[in-house]
Amino acid sequence: MNVGAPLPAESRYTVLDAPPRRIRDVLLRWEVILVILLAVTIVVNTMVSPYFLDVFNLADATFNFSEKAIIALAMAFLILVRQIDLSVAAIVALAAMGIGYAAEAGFGPLELFAVAILIGLLCGAFNGLLVTYAGLPSIVVTIGTMSLFRGITQVILGDQAKTKYPAGYLDLGQSYFIKMQETGISWLFVPPVPLSFLIFLVLAVIFGIFLHKTRVGRELFAIGSNPVAARFSGIPVNRLIFLLFVLSGILSGLAGALLTARLGSMRSNIAVGWELDIVTMVILGGVSIAGGVGSILGVVLAVFVLGLVTFGMSLNNIPGQVVSVYIGALLIAVIAIPRLFGRARRF
Amino acid sequence: MTLRALMKFRELILAGILIVGVAAIGAYQPVFLEWENISDLLTETSVLFMMALAQMVVILTRGIDLSVAANLALSGMIAALISQYYPETPLVLMIAAGVLVGLLLGLLNGGLIAFLGIPPIVVTLGTLAIYRGMIIIIAGGDQVNASEMGEEFQAFPKLVVFGLTTPVWIAIVVSVLFYVFLNYSRPGRALYAVGGNPVAARYCGIDQRRQELLAYGISGAVSGLCGYLWVARYGVAYSEIANGYELTVIAACVIGGVSIGGGVGTVPGTLLGALFLGIVMTALPVMQISPFWQMAISGAVILGAVVINARAEQRPDKLILPEARRLGRKVPA
Repeated sequence: MNVGAPLPAESRYTVLDAPPRRIRDVLLRWEVILVILLAVTIVVNTMVSPYFLDVFNLADATFNFSEKAIIALAMAFLILVRQIDLSVAAIVALAAMGIGYAAEAGFGPLELFAVAILIGLLCGAFNGLLVTYAGLPSIVVTIGTMSLFRGITQVILGDQAKTKYPAGYLDLGQSYFIKMQETGISWLFVPPVPLSFLIFLVLAVIFGIFLHKTRVGRELFAIGSNPVAARFSGIPVNRLIFLLFVLSGILSGLAGALLTARLGSMRSNIAVGWELDIVTMVILGGVSIAGGVGSILGVVLAVFVLGLVTFGMSLNNIPGQVVSVYIGALLIAVIAIPRLFGRARRF
Repeated sequence: MTLRALMKFRELILAGILIVGVAAIGAYQPVFLEWENISDLLTETSVLFMMALAQMVVILTRGIDLSVAANLALSGMIAALISQYYPETPLVLMIAAGVLVGLLLGLLNGGLIAFLGIPPIVVTLGTLAIYRGMIIIIAGGDQVNASEMGEEFQAFPKLVVFGLTTPVWIAIVVSVLFYVFLNYSRPGRALYAVGGNPVAARYCGIDQRRQELLAYGISGAVSGLCGYLWVARYGVAYSEIANGYELTVIAACVIGGVSIGGGVGTVPGTLLGALFLGIVMTALPVMQISPFWQMAISGAVILGAVVINARAEQRPDKLILPEARRLGRKVPA
């Protein structure tokens, strides 16, 4: 803001200067809190375990959160516009089942990804139609479609598992997409990168530019702040929300394809409970559940914080459900602390 | 009678669908209508009845409580541990311990929501993870088996009094209490007011924060009670019990006509919604349909119910034009 410019003397209104930025405001910025958290996580884990800062260990750790993180990008957009999609994990299951049947029919790796994405697209469009055309609250719709999609998977698959996949497809999910390359200098090297993590990074950059630098991105903030005003400003609110549900479906299908390739098998209970993990990533990333506030940088930082906390604790043999105690407490604490310091307007 | 007017009798319609459905199943498989089966059905559904009512109270205030199933599991585990390590404790105290733990966990949710203003979905998502993990921590990763719990502890939910099991009687008493509380008490009506229009409620002198604390406290206490019933009835306590049950509970509310937007919902409607899911779950084995159909059916039913509810809830201001026409005024089409 151009605070220093003098106001014309004849102005009818006096405009107050913006209050000076205090260090406390900067420190309580969401992304700054997350960066501090991330730094603490890395330092503590490095001190506790000598295996933490190993390039291959870290690369393997990304396997565990990349698929969820890809969906989290779409979820961030949805929560930003005051919607939510709880059916994402069920879409993953449905897409994974589609891949199972397509693989048995002899499809190749790329076709399998296409099948999963197509199934995700259809599921997302179904959600989007119910929310926008029928005007129903998204939380209820997606609780319903969550049961429906996973129910369809259960009906078709029963207690069967799908385990036959072409080798080229499994390879995409299980080996490093970019191989480790040394240059001879110990600190200069190309780290090993799994495909799912690479996709996440590329999508995060695209989503970040889209949300923060394009007109449609600004329109999403407008919808989240005030859907009615956004509609009166000529923003096609329903069409954008519909497209966001489709996007969420597509990314869930993609995540389903990556997950199936990594696991090499699927049952109807694949990815159970992911929806809450993904919502946790987005909320910890500073996207307001009330809409209109959030950044992709925050979501990416939250993904790393959650991923590294989980990885660090599992290195120390802490069981998954105990890890979830810390993550739950972290979620509440990170949101409660700025409020305790009296910056409630952030949310 | 127009379709819209009919929708006001949503509970009657739901009851009608249930009666027709049960009659159809009974015609196909008469065993379904035998008293023993109905008693089983009610016993199986008794926890869902109570949990759905408690969830309704929270949803009335425009909130949501995703931590109920985790709360149930944790309270149940604590009751089971007391039974294992202090078998001399009177049963009443063990049940009271479960309820008390549930109440405290619920009040923790309520406090964070009411006094820090954190959105309910965020708080209860966080406490869902915390409560589940706490089970592992307090039980040291172990489970409590039927052989380790007291006999009286496990026998109580299987007692049959006047033809119905104790969980059913408890559910009946709890339902009556909820009905009286929500319809005839001041704090009960205030819950509707807070959810229906928070600003108007504030002008009427209703303390929203106190109402929220009350709602989440009720939700927690009922979860605690159900925790004991669940653990004692199935004879096992471990960290995964009732996993994902929170969404079934919310589904029962939605089918029963509780509006997620707050302020709308009745005790009979919610009970019917829970009964619907209970019937679906027990009818499938009787009909020799694979239990894998259960989830798909409940999903379809939830979606159908939301569509019907949304039609019934459409804003009354759209009624102005037909009303004006009825009075013979000239209005644009």
